[in-house]
Amino acid sequence: MIKKRKVVAAALAATFLATTAASAAVQLRFECAQDGNECDTMMAIFKKFEATHPDIQVKMDLVPYKAILENLPVDLAAGTGPDMAKITDLGGLHKYYLDLAPYVDKAALEKDFGKTLDWYRAGPNDKGIYGIQTQLTITGAFINKTLFDQAKVAVPGKDATWDDWAKAARAVAKATGTKYPMAMDRTGHRFAGMAMPYGAKYFDAKGNPEMNDPGFAAAAKQFVAWNNDGTMDRNVWAGQGGASYADATKEFINGELVFYYSGSWQIQKFAKQIGDAFDWEVMPAPCGPAGPGHCSGMPGGSGVVGFKSTKHPKEVAELLAFLAQPANYSELEAKSLNIPANATVATAGVKYEGVTPAASKALNAFSAQVPTISPVGYAFQGYKNNRAMFNITVKRLTQAIVGEMSVDEALKRMDADLKEAVAASK
Amino acid sequence: MLKLITPFMQIVDVPMRALQGLLGPRRLAWVFLLPNLFVFGFFTFLPVILNFFYATTGSDHILLQDRPFVGMTNFGQLMNCQSYLDPNTCQIDVFWRAVHNTLWFIVLQVGFMVVFSMITALILNRKIRARGFFRAVFFFPVLLSPVVVALVWKWILQDQGALNAVLDYLGYPTVNWLLSPTWAFAWSIFLSVWFHMGFYTLILLAGLQAIPRDVYEAAAMDAASPWRVFRKITLPLLMPTMVVVMVLALIKGVQTFDEIYAFTGGGPGSATTLVIQYIYQNGFSAAPRLFGLASAASILVAIVLVALTAVQLWITRRNANG
Repeated sequence: MIKKRKVVAAALAATFLATTAASAAVQLRFECAQDGNECDTMMAIFKKFEATHPDIQVKMDLVPYKAILENLPVDLAAGTGPDMAKITDLGGLHKYYLDLAPYVDKAALEKDFGKTLDWYRAGPNDKGIYGIQTQLTITGAFINKTLFDQAKVAVPGKDATWDDWAKAARAVAKATGTKYPMAMDRTGHRFAGMAMPYGAKYFDAKGNPEMNDPGFAAAAKQFVAWNNDGTMDRNVWAGQGGASYADATKEFINGELVFYYSGSWQIQKFAKQIGDAFDWEVMPAPCGPAGPGHCSGMPGGSGVVGFKSTKHPKEVAELLAFLAQPANYSELEAKSLNIPANATVATAGVKYEGVTPAASKALNAFSAQVPTISPVGYAFQGYKNNRAMFNITVKRLTQAIVGEMSVDEALKRMDADLKEAVAASK
Repeated sequence: MLKLITPFMQIVDVPMRALQGLLGPRRLAWVFLLPNLFVFGFFTFLPVILNFFYATTGSDHILLQDRPFVGMTNFGQLMNCQSYLDPNTCQIDVFWRAVHNTLWFIVLQVGFMVVFSMITALILNRKIRARGFFRAVFFFPVLLSPVVVALVWKWILQDQGALNAVLDYLGYPTVNWLLSPTWAFAWSIFLSVWFHMGFYTLILLAGLQAIPRDVYEAAAMDAASPWRVFRKITLPLLMPTMVVVMVLALIKGVQTFDEIYAFTGGGPGSATTLVIQYIYQNGFSAAPRLFGLASAASILVAIVLVALTAVQLWITRRNANG
């Protein structure tokens, strides 16, 4: 009996010690919005890190993307944010970032992540390391190739302009009875992918943001005209209020759309949901009216950052450095079907896992567009108030589309809104 | 029950008497009020005070110490218009579009709501077959979540929705209801009336049933026509209830947000953006978050609501005093 009691006491003591040890470990809270399987893949990599760092635990809070956009900034401002998060407002949250530089091999990260590190920085004089770009995305055009074949319309070539695409898409839609010739996601980010080829600069000579240069205005006028003449699926932009996001993935997947301007993150969804229903392809970036040399998508994507409110800066930095290691980073990209931002990984190539031939072709098509991205795109993506500019674009262009104001009036309002936003964020 | 309470009272009796002896009966009352006052103060008064603070400060910072004082600038921006009748002449045009939309919304919504609730209440007050069932049917939407109501109607009215499918089947041209500013606004009013009508019908039904039967019997003996009975008896005697319904619907109309936001998102453009949505967007979903502007707008709305509530209280008291 006494022996039995001893065994029970020993077991209890062991459990208590194990619990105490576990609670003594550093726990890092990681907030992540699932984009395909990216968060799960990251957690699998973090588990490997935990295996080699038994004193560190990573707890993932899986949240909707809206929470990352709307709740996370409020939590961070209130000092109740997580230790790390996967974010997309790269420049906008800069003031909350933890500088990883004191804890990591800065030179190695500079070499691997180059330009994307700037997206997290406050400006050209800031040399800190704040985040690891886990997903490099690029906006671009998807076409329903089957509809082109059925309509016997030639697919516009490499240097085709936006206007060429509009003509071709209208011809295909007419010949095949397809409901919508073109559509673009309702976001200023995607609109930038059209505006830059038209010559939009987004910044004046002094580097101040602006939204009414001739290139931007020309793209805005063309876009509004296409929404009003039926070239663009009017439901996407005019069917919403405020700056809410909307897309046309459903229409494209259902074969009701000829040309869809979205981005590389759609590949996984299209591969899975379209299957063999029809052939779809990614086209080279459409060019502006000036033709070849003026063709660029808008870069973007998400990254993982640490926040300076964390009580464990060293551990956060160690974890992010682990994720950035080529072997781990390559695994992340291969499983989540993303374009790598890590130069070492990009040079070596990524062997995408479980990918269909169409998805593989699409990934390669987008990867080939990375070198053509305009410097304006990189600068715009890294600008801390870019989300304000995206929202202003959507809100005012929609008002012009539905006839609440003229395009010229909308452009004037955009400028005023931008000044107000910049003043408020100082 | 008394058996359960008595031992408890005996337990608390001694410390309570001691406390009363220490503080006196007047101060003891505050001890009982204190928990409630704390909850009310923390969750009601403090946010109101904070709202004033945010309305008079600027920047996108949420922490009070980081926000610079800007005085009445936010109110000035909101009220800066060449003509309040034309939002395009206003500095913050979207706020005034929302104000215009809200005014039209409450005028039309309250008008239709009162008329349809009245008609429904009159029908349901008659001895018709399955009266209980129909009363339940009309009240049912009130029990639903606003988001569910909005999504159901969105599915019905969207471009490839149920209504267009029916129109198409019958050979009529289809309409993209939610893409036309006028139609989207009209359907928003319809949705709101459909959603809330059951509640007001119930109040009017109670009002109708409170009218003495002998008045109707006297009218019947005088061979008064149904229309004359309605005009000379029902309507005047129901008027106090109708006024309460109208004021309640008016207050609810000004506060409308969730069902319309889920239904149209405020679009197309800003055609169905109501003033509460404007506040929400600026405070919570805009980039950067303009807390000051949102708070200033919410104070302006609060002033309107306080005025409407005062009217309601005055009417209720007048009715109570006969």
